[in-house]
Amino acid sequence: MATDITKVFKKKQSAILERWIKNQLANEGLRDDLMSNEDLRADSEELVAALVSSLNEKTLLDYESSEFDHVIEILSGISISRARQGFSPRETGAFILSLREALIEVLQEEIKDTKELMDTSLKLYRLLDHLSVITFETFIKGREEVILRQTDEITEISTPVIRVWDGILALPIIGTLDSARTQVVMESLLTEIVESGSSVAILDISGVPTVDSLVAQHLLKTVSATRLMGAECIISGIRPEIAQTIVHLGIDLSSIVTKASMASALQYAFRTLKLEVRKTVVKSI
Amino acid sequence: MERIPILRMGQFLLVTIQVDLYDRLALDLEADLVKMVSKTGAQGILIDISAVSIVDSFMGRIIGNIGVMSKLLDAETVVVGMQPAVAITLVELGLPLKGVFTALNVERGMDLLKSKIQIIEEDIIDPDDDYSTDLS
Repeated sequence: MATDITKVFKKKQSAILERWIKNQLANEGLRDDLMSNEDLRADSEELVAALVSSLNEKTLLDYESSEFDHVIEILSGISISRARQGFSPRETGAFILSLREALIEVLQEEIKDTKELMDTSLKLYRLLDHLSVITFETFIKGREEVILRQTDEITEISTPVIRVWDGILALPIIGTLDSARTQVVMESLLTEIVESGSSVAILDISGVPTVDSLVAQHLLKTVSATRLMGAECIISGIRPEIAQTIVHLGIDLSSIVTKASMASALQYAFRTLKLEVRKTVVKSI
Repeated sequence: MERIPILRMGQFLLVTIQVDLYDRLALDLEADLVKMVSKTGAQGILIDISAVSIVDSFMGRIIGNIGVMSKLLDAETVVVGMQPAVAITLVELGLPLKGVFTALNVERGMDLLKSKIQIIEEDIIDPDDDYSTDLS
């Protein structure tokens, strides 16, 4: 007679939980610095309760069943919060895989018939493999969200428009220029030109690691948009290596005013605005 | 029928576009402006597009055309007050308006036109020098 595993697991629920927590605590990768044992226990208890209540003969075979929705929900929640807390994939994996060990151990004690044990274990293995795949999926999703948020933050931070002088704007670009960034750079520069009524804008690219034809095209676009607004755009901070690449790639930047350093660009801007910077001569008495 | 008024101010013609240009209106403006330039012998055209918020490739081309046509009639064109969104759109459409000058606002546009015309006048006064260099 087949053992009713639903009953077995219901009866042994607390035993499973204890074993699982013991397994987790014994694991070398336990991160008690990121998560307290009480939190770990609460998470584990919730998951075991949900799993046991949705597990029966039928759902054991059909792991796509909607009975598991609640389990998956809890699992996803745990997985995402772990991704944000900075757990490694191995540690998150150990969490769900050690549950499998605990379940199998309980089964071994309860089911004496070898064939039946083998059969049930196999089904259980499949189910838990499915659950761990879900864990990983959500873990990676959580990580990707973190990365996306950071990318957004970097984009926002790295495009400040500075008013260096009355009528002169400077925009230091740091990091690679892609289409999305160019859009942000262009928009903030043009809005600032309107607001401040500036007639010269200096685009400093000393923080741009490489200039390929695409980046050059983005620069050219920004320059022509500035020209359309009625301001002049100077590109400064061209390093020797970048000058070499530009020529080797056959990019024509001759229509743009380019300067080697911010200082010379500023000097050029002063000249365009007919400003003069002089050193005051202190007369000795 | 709706028309965009062209104001004459000395040697310059002023156009302020305060409605969104549709194709018919833009074509009429182009024709009117060219006629006006040839009739008055104006040396500069100032087009204020600060109220224009939507632009398409047709409209971009019309503005470019006006620049080239008036250049043929010996007048310079300055487009002033372009909004950032319009500038970005024109660049993305690949219309950098090569034939026209641009300025941030009407005041600067006027200054720019005046300086352009001064340069042209100097060129007219100067030709003696050019001849002497050519002959020597």
